[in-house]
Amino acid sequence: MTESTVTKKRSFWRIRLEPRLDEPSTLLSLSVTLGAVVVALILGGVVIAAVGGNPFVSYAYIAKASFGDTGVLSDTIVKATPIILTALACSIAFRMKLWNIGAEGQFIMGAWGASAIVLTHMLPDESSRWVFIPVMALAGMSTGAAWGFIPGYLKAKFNVNEIISSLMLNYIAVSWVNFWIFGVWSEGGFQMSPKFPVGASLPRLSEYAKEFPIFRGLTTHGGLIFGFVAAIILWFIVYRSRWGYEIRLIGDNPQAAKYAGVSIVKNIILVMMLSGALAGLGGMSEVAGVVRRLQTSPINAGYGFTGIIVAWLAKLNPLVIILVSILFGALILAGREIQPAGIPKMIQGIILVCLIASDFLLRYRVRVVRGEEA
Amino acid sequence: MDPIIILQAGVATGTVLLFATLGEVLAERSGVLNLGVEGMMLIGAMTAFSVTISTGNPWIGVLAAMLAAGLISQIHAFISITLQADQVVSGLALTLVGTGISLVLGEGLSKAGTVSLMPNFSIPLLSAIPILGPIFFTNHSVLVYIGYLFTPLAWYYINRTRPGLHLRAVGEYPSAADALGINVFRMRYLYVFIGGMLAGLAGATLSLAVSPGWFSELTTGGQGWIAVGLVIFAQWDPVRAAIGSYAFGALRRLILDIQGPLLLFGFDNPFYYNSYLGFFLQMIPYAFTVIVLVIGSREAFRKRLGAPAALGEPYIRGERGK
Repeated sequence: MTESTVTKKRSFWRIRLEPRLDEPSTLLSLSVTLGAVVVALILGGVVIAAVGGNPFVSYAYIAKASFGDTGVLSDTIVKATPIILTALACSIAFRMKLWNIGAEGQFIMGAWGASAIVLTHMLPDESSRWVFIPVMALAGMSTGAAWGFIPGYLKAKFNVNEIISSLMLNYIAVSWVNFWIFGVWSEGGFQMSPKFPVGASLPRLSEYAKEFPIFRGLTTHGGLIFGFVAAIILWFIVYRSRWGYEIRLIGDNPQAAKYAGVSIVKNIILVMMLSGALAGLGGMSEVAGVVRRLQTSPINAGYGFTGIIVAWLAKLNPLVIILVSILFGALILAGREIQPAGIPKMIQGIILVCLIASDFLLRYRVRVVRGEEA
Repeated sequence: MDPIIILQAGVATGTVLLFATLGEVLAERSGVLNLGVEGMMLIGAMTAFSVTISTGNPWIGVLAAMLAAGLISQIHAFISITLQADQVVSGLALTLVGTGISLVLGEGLSKAGTVSLMPNFSIPLLSAIPILGPIFFTNHSVLVYIGYLFTPLAWYYINRTRPGLHLRAVGEYPSAADALGINVFRMRYLYVFIGGMLAGLAGATLSLAVSPGWFSELTTGGQGWIAVGLVIFAQWDPVRAAIGSYAFGALRRLILDIQGPLLLFGFDNPFYYNSYLGFFLQMIPYAFTVIVLVIGSREAFRKRLGAPAALGEPYIRGERGK
């Protein structure tokens, strides 16, 4: 039995993965996320270089064209406003592991619902903002919530996959709004509705330029306040309310939630409706704040999909969403003028890929160990 | 509005969905849900068109499309199989990346003009069969005929061959498959790759046969997502996938054709006179997908059929209860 002593032991380095048993620290989580974004920007740069562009010029341009002076910064915030609301919409659904991919459609339906109040003259055109804005916001939230209710109900009652049903409803919403824009509400055959009366628009900073000269020409509008208020309310719902606890419980452990007597069916429908209402409010803020009429170009710009990435990047935290939305607003604003036109979309996609991949580092501890094997 | 022409065109249109759906069936049977079909199809459509322009040979275009989409699918494979991330988010990310990359690389392709397409021909003898001949065997692209072969082939492969048995084992009970010496990880990578190649083929079928050209995101217009929905309706069975795909193809075609004639059933055609009513017709395929999902989900519940048991679950070696 001397064989074992004869065999030569080889030692080598290898990577060992150990599952993390504790929650990763905030610092680690933050640095991994930032690292993922940096890697994504490098990868995006490689693709830009591959198609003959200069990534440094592109990125420098994005930074300058979105944060360069107060004017563009204000435009960046205008782009961020709808993203805040769609990202909040996605975050509350994702919290429950409900994959609402339909924020885009709910956003569009919200824009339609708010416009319907104005364009069907439900309120007299000369009504003040104090009348118009709350009614329009409620209308936008209701149509958005109705659009979220459909996949929620189908999921709760028939176990229909909400990813596909909510996505299909996006396409239906686009056709539905096109019908109104091209047909019923078309202004002189153009693909837009008539302009809303002043009362039906959200105030812009530039309107206060007389009192505060610094606001001259700034387009940031009241929708931002909706975003802030919604984020704060949502933060309280998720982290400080009983309902939020139920939602988080269902998301983390549906079995435990069921045994604890939490109604999953009811919560699926409610959360989808809340999600739809937030996205719908975003649509209302976009038509009333930016274009002040119903037209296709800003309302189907893909804010619903950007919201998915922002929600994920912010780790579903409503307050962090505001910050991340501003960065993505910058990307979208500057991206409009970058050629080829697909670059912002591609970078968004690559960021999401890197983020999901980086989650691995939060779940596992990667160790390089010296192993020995006979 | 000749029903035979609509059905004939529907078979061609349905072939796109068929390839994408069959690919997703294979990937999901191995336990990997891939929501990136839309993105992979766009990559395929763009690559096929672009490569055909530069080489002049559509066959090379199709092969390149399959390879490109297969390669991009490996992003999802790596993230969801090796890094064990959530398959839903990873698939979504793949769709975004695929869409973005195809837009960047496809810049300018929409103005590139015409390319040589995949050849069309009729099958002798079979095309002489009344009704079925004109619908299935007359003046179709070669890709449509390839589609006919794929369905029985996929069914036979999954249900009657040893590798097909391994595929099902990996999707239903990966730890048992692992114990039998089947490499679960390698199998899943492989079927995600095959699914990607088929999605690429679906994209190539669009840009080189059914609706030639590159129209950025509108090239696919959500067909990748419809394919994901069809898999549920098909209950992971290739034959049902084929039926669903062709039915959807015919529906899409009918919607296009219904706007043409002046008279519909003897009345003034409302869709001809009010073109914006056409937007309601455009909703139909998507609304129909939702209806089909409801039917599929209820049926699955009643018959206690279901998705592959391990669908969406990352396989972690040595974890209990998996």
